[in-house]
Amino acid sequence: MTHSPPIIDARGLWKKFGGLAVLKGVDLSVAERELVFIIGPSGSGKSTLLRCLNRLEEPDDGSIQVDGIELLSPKTDLNAARRRIGMVFQSFNLYPHMTARANVMLALRKVLGQDKDQAAQLAARALDRVGLAERMDHYPAQLSGGQQQRVAIARAIALEPRVMLFDEPTSALDPELVGGVLNVMRELRQDGMTMVVVSHEMAFAKAAADRVVFMADGQKLEEGPPAQIFDAPRHERTRAFIRQIDRH
Amino acid sequence: MEDFLFAFLNWDIVTQAWPILWRGFLYTLALSAMTVPLGLAGGVVLALLSTSGPRLVRLLAAGWTDVFRAIPPLVLLVFLYAGLPFAGIDVGAWGAVALGFLLNTGSYYGEVFRAGIESVPRGQMEAARSTGLSRGQTLRHVVLPQAVRNVLPDLVSNTLEVVKLTSIASVVALPELLFQARQAQNATYNATPIVAAALAYFLLLWPVVRLVSRLENRALAGR
Ligand SMILES: Nc1ncnc2c1ncn2[C@@H]1O[C@H](COP(=O)(O)OP(=O)(O)OP(=O)(O)O)[C@@H](O)[C@H]1O
Ligand SMILES: [Mg+2]
Repeated sequence: MTHSPPIIDARGLWKKFGGLAVLKGVDLSVAERELVFIIGPSGSGKSTLLRCLNRLEEPDDGSIQVDGIELLSPKTDLNAARRRIGMVFQSFNLYPHMTARANVMLALRKVLGQDKDQAAQLAARALDRVGLAERMDHYPAQLSGGQQQRVAIARAIALEPRVMLFDEPTSALDPELVGGVLNVMRELRQDGMTMVVVSHEMAFAKAAADRVVFMADGQKLEEGPPAQIFDAPRHERTRAFIRQIDRH
Repeated sequence: MEDFLFAFLNWDIVTQAWPILWRGFLYTLALSAMTVPLGLAGGVVLALLSTSGPRLVRLLAAGWTDVFRAIPPLVLLVFLYAGLPFAGIDVGAWGAVALGFLLNTGSYYGEVFRAGIESVPRGQMEAARSTGLSRGQTLRHVVLPQAVRNVLPDLVSNTLEVVKLTSIASVVALPELLFQARQAQNATYNATPIVAAALAYFLLLWPVVRLVSRLENRALAGR
């Protein structure tokens, strides 16, 4: 792995909902250009961990550095920090009242302060990157799930983030639409994007991930290269989990 | 039959009363043009406070809304017009109407907007915030447009009620349509001016009624 400072360096993250501890002192460090996969049973805290990394969820304890910024410090300009952290959601969350292009343009204009022409141009380029140049003027309801998710990716990458977070980006898709989204993610990776991906797409993980993290009960139980986690997991729980998802 | 026509549909009376009825109609339009925007603005503010404010503010906004939905608008208006002067505050007839409608219809619009805001999935806010938009920018560009679209039939329907409610301004002697019709009735000893006023309301509001039912049908079809 590289020796440049990590892009994400999260330490000792704790998060409780009511009385329930969902993250129990999780560390996560992600190097530049690294693709980290997070797997684990439902409720193990994968989404919560991911959402802490751009502070959609407020950790109760711990520290997070993203691209050198202390994310949890009160002095940090959170909105400025967030544009360096792209996020893609399971349910796409496109703005339904805007065209694909307008979806991408909104933050370019309001966050980066670009003028209309410039934002339109960059939005077109981002949509072209995800293979949707032809669909720019469509509304989300006129697009398939896979196309919507690719627009969501374009919306995030147009801001040129330093890292992209994916929370089960293909779980809501019909099987035949998964491939298109994974292709886009693969290309992003080839272009050197740093990525943290929560997903159960094992074939993709094996082919593309640098490291796989297995979470259980709010803790990182085991991590390592995909070959190790999938073929020779150390923990019984990891083994059981891999066996279970392999059957699907 | 003859009597009926004479008392309610008397053309001579209409031509006689026409000028003052027309003046009243213009007043009704002016009152609507004032009260609807006031109510909408008050409603948006209340809805934002009651959905996005700190907990205490949310509670206060909810309490405020309850109070002013429970007080009959006519009572409120009379209090503002005839009661406040006892405390040395005289807001005048227009002031009383403006304030009364801001408080009353603002609360109703507020409930409509609140329902709209709550109908927008949380993921919308999260997606927008994740791209670096501030809370205010997110509300303005992402949440509110969807909220309004989701409750458009209710908004228009509420506006219909507001326009009809402007007739209570007659109790503070603002010469709107109903007030003028009553004047004309008293002057002519004939009920035709009241019928004419009702007809004027109908002609003004019928297109809005049609619009509401079209919007409602579309909302149903879109489900
Ligand atoms: N906003 C919330 N309020 C209360 N509890 C929550 C909240 N968000 C998550 N939880 C709880 O925290 C636990 C971990 O949730 P999380 O979504 O992080 O799990 P996950 O690993 O992503 O699961 P899945 O694979 O089902 O997506 C769950 O028990 C969940 O019910
Ligand atoms: Mg999850």
